[in-house]
Amino acid sequence: MLSGVKETKRDKVFLICNYIYVFIAFLIVFYPLVYMISASISNPKFVASGEMWLLPKGITFDGYKRVFENSSIWIGYGNTILYTVVGTTINLLVTLPAAYALSRKDFVGRNFFMGMFMVTMFFSGGLVPSYLLVKQLGMINTMWAIVIPSAASIWNIIVSHTFFQSSIPKELQEAAQIDGCTNMRLFIKIILPLSMPIIAVMALFYGVGNWNSYFSALIYLNDSFKYPLQLVLRQILVLQEMSAQGGGVIDASTAAAMNSKAEIAALVKYAVIIVATLPVIVIYPFLQRYFVQGVMIGSVKG
Amino acid sequence: MQESKTAVTGRAMLKPGRADKGLWKRIAQNWELYIFIAPAFFYFLIFSYGPMYGIQIAFKNFIPTKGITGSPWVGFDHFERFFHSYYFWDLLWNTLSISLYELAIGFPIPIILALAFNEVRNGFFKKLAQTVTYAPHFISVVVMAGMIISFLSPSTGFVIHIIEALGFQAPEFLTDPRWFKTMYVLSGVWQSAGWGTIIYLAALSGVDPGLHEAAIIDGASRFQRIRHINIPTLIPTMTILLILNMGSLLGVGFEKILLLQNPLNMSSSDVISTFVYRSGLVDAQYSFSTAIGLFNSVINAVLLVVVNQVVRRTSENSLW
Repeated sequence: MLSGVKETKRDKVFLICNYIYVFIAFLIVFYPLVYMISASISNPKFVASGEMWLLPKGITFDGYKRVFENSSIWIGYGNTILYTVVGTTINLLVTLPAAYALSRKDFVGRNFFMGMFMVTMFFSGGLVPSYLLVKQLGMINTMWAIVIPSAASIWNIIVSHTFFQSSIPKELQEAAQIDGCTNMRLFIKIILPLSMPIIAVMALFYGVGNWNSYFSALIYLNDSFKYPLQLVLRQILVLQEMSAQGGGVIDASTAAAMNSKAEIAALVKYAVIIVATLPVIVIYPFLQRYFVQGVMIGSVKG
Repeated sequence: MQESKTAVTGRAMLKPGRADKGLWKRIAQNWELYIFIAPAFFYFLIFSYGPMYGIQIAFKNFIPTKGITGSPWVGFDHFERFFHSYYFWDLLWNTLSISLYELAIGFPIPIILALAFNEVRNGFFKKLAQTVTYAPHFISVVVMAGMIISFLSPSTGFVIHIIEALGFQAPEFLTDPRWFKTMYVLSGVWQSAGWGTIIYLAALSGVDPGLHEAAIIDGASRFQRIRHINIPTLIPTMTILLILNMGSLLGVGFEKILLLQNPLNMSSSDVISTFVYRSGLVDAQYSFSTAIGLFNSVINAVLLVVVNQVVRRTSENSLW
């Protein structure tokens, strides 16, 4: 009896520690997110000095004003939307039919195709041969260089294939075939309407990936009017910062001017981070269920 | 007689005939499935196997006007040049140490966090904590780099303010080579630890509640139940993820490194993949950097196979 009481006491202590631990993890992630939002609408002086540490101080919307006035951000935004929509459409058109075919046990050659696809998970030609290929295909500096070389991901094909295999009853396919339904009709009229969860998951995974990618644009695009948002962000967030640090000898007035310029630059940075991340962050809580589902379907296989 | 003859030949013909006919029939019956798989097939053939064909320039002196096949062979010259270069050991060390550092910190944290989430009984708090810790996963690598640079900026970043408020001298995170790896690894943990819990939580949701009930009756404490029921449940998932991680030891998250790299921290931030990018696409030394990339891929593939083999010998969980 006594030991039983002792146990629960220990359990309570453990539970409290656990809550504290989770709360600290929550704070560590949450604080920078809130800080960014507050910093984007605070007077940059207070942000730089550390006086603004949680809630906005000296509210100003200058940062956002400058972001909205900046044409390269808008061009980038437009390009990103275009690349994301076209890219994700291609991703789905390649991934879903292939995954469905691979999920069919009566598909002769499925092991061959699966094996061929899986090899690419573990071995790749590397950066330069891929670049030369894209160049040879004449896709440099076009949208196609962004959307075609990343048309499918083997991981997502596996996840969708697992979904088709585990969630679509086999009897459905058999019944449809007895009725003389072709595979094409079966897929479009019966399988796809039943597969809305996986279509949503795939659209989200690919969509977020396309929205956030910068590297293929960096190596394949050289016309700044075609730059996606992430590449514009790179110029604002990363490159500018580095050039601002390498200052030479400067007198007091230029120092003051540079100082205020640096402050405005910092303000713009926070604003631009918010503007660029907003679409993803806003839709995310509503779609979290689907994202989580996607990861779980993937893990069933393992 | 006549009849039996036809029967014999008929049966003889039938055996291979039926298998063949069945195979072709099955193929013909599902011909549309080949159309379904065709886009993916050609995609991987061209964009994954195509570059593999291009790897041969690692053993050649690639001359753009002569093309891949027309360029002269040079054997292992590029590899030798790389292995004997003064930066070879630095690159290898940076790549390996960043990966292992990341593995040592980034691998256990999602597991611990998942175990902790699993013990939270308050539904609202659990959901809130999960939603918030998953969120950074969706932040792009460029924005992530921008955040790191802003937060760690000397005299203005909030992390610097916190360190100074605690009475310490804040290091120059962005330019000090000694801090690059820590900055890289910890920011990675911040971004992906929450998301990494999902796969473990999925495994934990499969634990038989009866096991816990029995353990409670036996007087097991919460901690003991985690130790002896929950953790063993996670071992298969952990093993698979560990193997996959080992297979990409030399494939560190190079997009982020490239963004955080600057001339001052180069001595600890230059890894094989960023070097390949620089020498290959910036300096256009196509053959040389293809050779380095190939070296990298081969080591990765070998590591994956070896680790998988070792794990298969010692436990039932392995990739194949």
